[in-house]
Formats: sequence, structure tokens, C-alpha cells
Amino acid sequence: MSAAEFQSALNPAASESAHIAHLWWIFFWVTLVIFALVAVFLFIAILRNLRRVPDDPERAIIPEPAQATESRATKVVSALVVITVLILFALLIGDFFTGNAIYATPDPKALAIKVTGHQWWWEVQYQDPQPSEIVTTANEIHVPVGKAVKLELQSTDVIHSFWVPNINGKKDLVPGHPTTTWFTARRAGEFRGQCAEYCGEQHAHMRMVFVAEPPDAFSNWLSAQKKPAPEPSSDSQRRGREVFLASQCVMCHTIQGTKARATLGPDLTHIGARKMIAAGELPNTRGYLAGWILNAPALKPGVRMPPNQMSADDLNALLDYLESLK
Amino acid sequence: MNWKTNSRTARTATCRSCRPFGPHGVRHPAKTLLGTCLPYSLLLPVLLLFSCEREERPLVVQPPLAQDASLPQISDLVPGPKHNKGPSVANPDENNSWMMAEGKRFYEAYNCVGCHAHGGGGMGPALMDEKWIYGYEPQQVYATIVEGRPNGMPSFRGKISNDQLWEIVAYVRSLSGLANQWAANARDDHIKGGSPPNSIPEGTPHNSSEPQPR
Ligand code: HEC
Ligand code: HEC
Ligand SMILES: [Cu+2]
Repeated sequence: MSAAEFQSALNPAASESAHIAHLWWIFFWVTLVIFALVAVFLFIAILRNLRRVPDDPERAIIPEPAQATESRATKVVSALVVITVLILFALLIGDFFTGNAIYATPDPKALAIKVTGHQWWWEVQYQDPQPSEIVTTANEIHVPVGKAVKLELQSTDVIHSFWVPNINGKKDLVPGHPTTTWFTARRAGEFRGQCAEYCGEQHAHMRMVFVAEPPDAFSNWLSAQKKPAPEPSSDSQRRGREVFLASQCVMCHTIQGTKARATLGPDLTHIGARKMIAAGELPNTRGYLAGWILNAPALKPGVRMPPNQMSADDLNALLDYLESLK
Repeated sequence: MNWKTNSRTARTATCRSCRPFGPHGVRHPAKTLLGTCLPYSLLLPVLLLFSCEREERPLVVQPPLAQDASLPQISDLVPGPKHNKGPSVANPDENNSWMMAEGKRFYEAYNCVGCHAHGGGGMGPALMDEKWIYGYEPQQVYATIVEGRPNGMPSFRGKISNDQLWEIVAYVRSLSGLANQWAANARDDHIKGGSPPNSIPEGTPHNSSEPQPR
């Protein structure tokens, strides 16, 4: 898929973005026709007046128009102003109905997801009345096709803006002021979201993977995410877990089922199952993961994760362990 | 057709209305520019003077050395009040607002707050007063955090990168007015008794030998 497909408001995958795309095309065709008309009349005017440029430099460039021409021009311009106002008004009404459709009263049974913006990554939490059923992950949102989803948006530091163009318009994440938005995905697909409010050095690299999938696939994914991290199954993975727990990682990251329970950085309980790391910036491959752990600021300058020094053996073990966290 | 003369006439006509150009045509554009800009350009060196003191804010930090940082050794067995403090180590972070703000962020994120509150103390001693059990010099505070202290201060050795440690040290010292007041944080996100770090009067820090009441 090209970027024009997986990050495009004109390739809608939800009811809301379909409304937006619809409105966009109406605006596009109306303004295109007007633009073409204006261009045509402009050319006619230029061609007609080319012949009338006076030879005598002291004379005014534009001759005084005749009385009749003047009053006809006034009428035409007034009529055009009225038509312009009417067209703008019609567009406004279209805009109003689109807004109404997008912000329609939410389905009370909607799937609630809390998204918290951090410099420069997304914390994603699937809400549940039962605290033990709450799922926390990061930078990757899965939703079932055909079910209404309610996003509760928050920020811990500065203003961010949640934007998955294929799904819905932008919605700001304001510190200290939770906001909400809704959508219903209509077809399966993998899309890319992007922070849409400048939030610091790495704003451009604050992306997320957005997966709309059939309800079955979604509930499989969710129940896999609910489980604590799998126990290490080899010596190397066991050593990797020790390395993780003995180093700085525990000051910032959570791995459910271990003692690591910090929330300064993304939850890593199922990091092995994610498609991308570093907020959609790098593919989740062993090489990138190793580079990221050793020197994250070199890959994402300014990032809130410090470089880490460790021996090659420790690093390999740590990678084995992280990759096993499916 | 004579476009050239036409536009020329038009230009002189408009320019007659603006006085400084005089009635006889157009002044050389470069001269005009110079005339307007010269007074302002004199201000430039003054502005540059300010930016000399601009704070550094490195985006890429050096790899940490927390494990092998050379710590002032207080004693092998009992880190305690009766130590000689050695020469003070300058901590450049104490002149840098950004670093101290980062220190504050980590101070909260790493839960120093849980035991010391926002400086006022709790289960751990207050850090905003002038009494210090284990010394107030930057390297002593650093050592306290890295090594831990017997009456309940955990060791953060290997858990916090070297850069972050010095940032935390700068912030902790700013709580009692020991860091550069021009750079210390002004605003607090939390309700906290007392003044913000940039307006705390520097007391006379002293090493107290009696343990804090708790
Ligand atoms: C000071 C806090 C801090 C420490 C210490 C830290 N991290 Fe991170 N980590 C972060 C933050 C913040 C991010 C998100 C960065 C971003 O994408 O902007 C992150 C991101 C990551 C990611 C990518 C997660 C994702 O889904 O994008 C991995 C993997 C990771 N850290 C592993 C580690 C490991 C392993 C260690 C220990 C060697 C470690 N981190 C130490 C703060 C920290
Ligand atoms: C579990 C609670 C706890 C945590 C967490 C904690 N401290 Fe402490 N801290 C203490 C206690 C208790 C003492 C007093 C130790 C003693 O008297 O031996 C102390 C002492 C100190 C001192 C020495 C004060 C003096 O008067 O010399 C400093 C500085 C300090 N802590 C800073 C920190 C920082 C910075 C952090 C976070 C990285 C932190 N502490 C986290 C409990 C804690
Ligand atoms: Cu942003």
C-alpha cells in the first residue's frame, strides 16, 4: 500500500471519515468549477483589453467607462456577490451536517479506549469495568470493524492531536482536560496515525499503527494482550529478563508479570507482537531494537529514553527476551 | 504600446506622496534599505551578547556511566556524617534550567516524591531545608542517590543514567537554594508549601549529625 492509501483522508475506512471525504469532494468540485469559470473570464478580459492599451503614455491606462457599461458591471458584480454568498452558505450547511454526523450521540455500548499522549509516543488503554481486564499497550491501536469506539483522550505533558486520517478528523489531547471522540470502522485494514499538533522536537515521529480487523481477530488480539508477559522459555531469555530487571529499564517501563511497573515509557508486556517501535518510527526487527536500546537518542534525537551501555552477551539475551514477549 | 513609460509614470506618481523620497523620483533602493536598517543593525551586537550565555540543550546525550562513575568514597562500611568532604565537584547542570526541569521530572517519575514529597519530606528527610545528614555538595548528593543510605534511602546504582543523576542532583540542591537561582525552576505544578526553587533564599547548609525525626 502506498502512503496515499494508508494515511489518507480520501481513502475512508470508517463512517466518520467517509462523511469527511464526501464533504471534501463536494468542496473540491464546487471550488474547481468556480476556479475554472474565474480563469476563463480572466482570460477573456485580458485578451479583450490587450487591444485597448493606449499608445499615449500620459493617458490613463483604463479609460473612463461609459455610463451604460458602468451600470451593467455593477449589476453583474452584485449578482456574483449574491451567488458567492449563496454558494458559501450551501457549503456551510454541508459542513454543518457532516459535523453533526461525525459527532452524533455516542453508542453507550461503545468500546472505550483511553489514549494518553506523551512526548513522543501514545499510551493506549482498553477500558474495562474490571480493573484486571484493562489492557495497556502503546503506539498500536486495534479496533473491531463494525463496532462503535469511544476514544478518551488525555495528555501528560503538552497538547498533542490524535489523527488517523482514514478513520476520523483530528482531536486534540489537552493536558488536564480530557476530550472524547467516536468512530466506527467499516472495513479492515492497517493505517497510520500521526500527532497533528506540534509538541516538540520529535513531533514528526509521533506516529501510531492503527489496525481495523474483523471482530474475531480483534478479540483474539485483545485476549492475548490481557495475559501477563510469557515466562522465558530458554536460558538466554531468562538472562535477558534479569538484565532488564537489573538495569535502568525498570525505572521507566512495565512488563506485566514482573517487578517492572513504571509508566514513564511505553508498556513492553507484548513488545514482541508489535509491528513498529519508537512510535511508528522504526520496524520492530532485532537490529532496530538493538540500536534503539543502545542509543535511542541517536535514532530519535531528544527522545525521553537514555542510551544504555551493556555487554554484547547481555544485549543479545535482552533482545531474545524482548522478542519472546508476544 | 509603451509599457515602460506607463509604469514609470505610475511609480513616480505614487512616490510623490511619500515625503522622504522627494519629488524628483526614486531614491536608490539600497540606500533606503541601509537608512532604515542601520539603527536596528546596531542593536544586533547587543542581542548577540545575550545569546553568548544561551543555555545548551543537547539532544543527543552521551552514553551513561552510572556503573563506573567514580564516587567519592565516604567509608566502606558506614556512610555517615563523619566524613571529610573533599573538593567540591562543579555540576554544570546547576546553571541550566532545562536540566533542572528534567531533574524535577525524574524526581517525580522515579518516586523520590513518595518518600521526600516535593522537598518537604515524609518518610525520608526534607530536602528543602539547610540540614544535611550526608552532605550537600553535588558529589555527596550524587553519592547518596547512587549508594543509598542505611536508614531507608534505597540505592539507585545502575538504575539511573549518569546524565539523569546529575540533573536530579541539580534539582535537589535547587530545592534549598543551592543551585543557580537564575536558572532554577520558577513554577510548580503541585501544591507545595514554601517558595519555588528560583526564589528560595540560600540558607547556611550544614551537616547535621543527628538523624531526622520520623
Ligand atoms: C528514562 C526512562 C527510560 C528508560 C530508563 C528506558 N526507557 Fe525505553 N522508552 C522510554 C520512552 C519515553 C520511550 C518512548 C520513546 C518514544 O517513542 O518517543 C521508550 C521506548 C522504548 C521501546 C519502544 C517501545 C515502543 O512500543 O515504541 C523499547 C523496546 C524500550 N524503550 C526498551 C527499553 C529497554 C530495554 C530499556 C533498558 C535497557 C529502556 N527502554 C530504558 C523511556 C525509557
Ligand atoms: C523508600 C523511600 C525513599 C525513596 C524512594 C527515596 N528516598 Fe531519599 N531518603 C530516604 C530516607 C529514609 C533517607 C534518610 C536516610 C538516612 O538517614 O540514612 C533519605 C535520604 C536522602 C538524601 C540525603 C538527605 C540528607 O539530609 O543528607 C537525599 C539527597 C535523598 N534521599 C534524595 C533522594 C532522591 C533524589 C530520590 C529519588 C531518586 C530518593 N531520595 C528516593 C528515603 C527515600
Ligand atoms: Cu505532536
